[in-house]
Amino acid sequence: MTPNDLAFVAELTRQQAGVIIRADKSFFVETRLGPIARREALESVAELIDRVRSTNDATLTRQIVAATLVQDTSFFRDRATFARLQESVIPTLASRDKAPIRLLSAGCATGQEAYTLAMVALESLAPPRIDIVAIDFSAQALMKAETGVYSHFEVQRGLPIRSLLRHFEQADDHWKTRPDLRQSIRWGEHNLLDDLTPLGEFDIVVCSHVLSAFEPAAAAATLDRLDAVCRDDGFMVFGANESVSPPAAFASTPTPGVWRRSSAFPRVSSAG
Amino acid sequence: MRKVAARIVEQLHFEAIEAADGLEALSYCRSAMPDAILLDWSMPTMDGMEFLEKLRAEPNGDHPLVVMCSAETNPERIQFALDRGAAEYIMKPFDGDIIASKFEAVGLI
Repeated sequence: MTPNDLAFVAELTRQQAGVIIRADKSFFVETRLGPIARREALESVAELIDRVRSTNDATLTRQIVAATLVQDTSFFRDRATFARLQESVIPTLASRDKAPIRLLSAGCATGQEAYTLAMVALESLAPPRIDIVAIDFSAQALMKAETGVYSHFEVQRGLPIRSLLRHFEQADDHWKTRPDLRQSIRWGEHNLLDDLTPLGEFDIVVCSHVLSAFEPAAAAATLDRLDAVCRDDGFMVFGANESVSPPAAFASTPTPGVWRRSSAFPRVSSAG
Repeated sequence: MRKVAARIVEQLHFEAIEAADGLEALSYCRSAMPDAILLDWSMPTMDGMEFLEKLRAEPNGDHPLVVMCSAETNPERIQFALDRGAAEYIMKPFDGDIIASKFEAVGLI
């Protein structure tokens, strides 16, 4: 892949998804774009990029951008975060009233984070009353998430064996999430650069290991959009080791990456 | 497979001692009880389940965290191993990330 082609793809990804692709990611990008080139019956990734350059095909462009986004995820990533949600945050929210607890998994990739949220919520609440919305830029990642089918290796990264037995069924040499888990999540193709308020308000907004890849201005604007859908006294969750801080309305908690909103702060506009 | 597992465990900064079967493992445990055991189900002479039963009957035999490691993926068989005292369960084949993840799940890391 030529530096010029990589720069072209990187600019598309920056514009459309707010994500930065570094100059040393040539091999990664070429590997991700290869299947799209083959599907389009093109000889090479270079031909694919030439086609997008010459046609500005919006669908193909979106597929290319989606393919370059890192979809690295696992069940119970940042274990301490989910322990806090299960032991403290969700029971506290549940004690307020009888309304369903709404959770947003923003940038859910192939679904492991959203299913982990569903598992901890279902195990925290009896009877379960949760509404999880999981969104991602990539239609392909969402397709996999919605089926709930994971490989032998995927279910063994982070998922305790008792959770596997309780929430999954064996499906040949794969494992499939049980219906109650799947039914607790609604999946949607959504760009984090767009307004999130049509999704409603949430008690817990999880955007974990996503914004670190964003360019700073896009990350800051996205944090404001996430704030706009976080309820007063709601929680915002990032990766435990991410250097991402939410707007001033949020105060840190003893668990790294978990922040709580104070209703004393005015909300920012969700525009943009 | 055993040597691969031992190398991975050492990379996680644990001291690893290998035993070829349940009898050898039990003999080692009687002389120095380990903190954790990565236990195959299928072994010659004494299999993993028999070893686990005998281990728990030993003085201080409830100390080691036992992580089963087996090609057995039947959920009922996995539950059987958990009911007999395994803390976690790794389905073969595995890699370093899986062992690290399972060790983290039981608090070894």
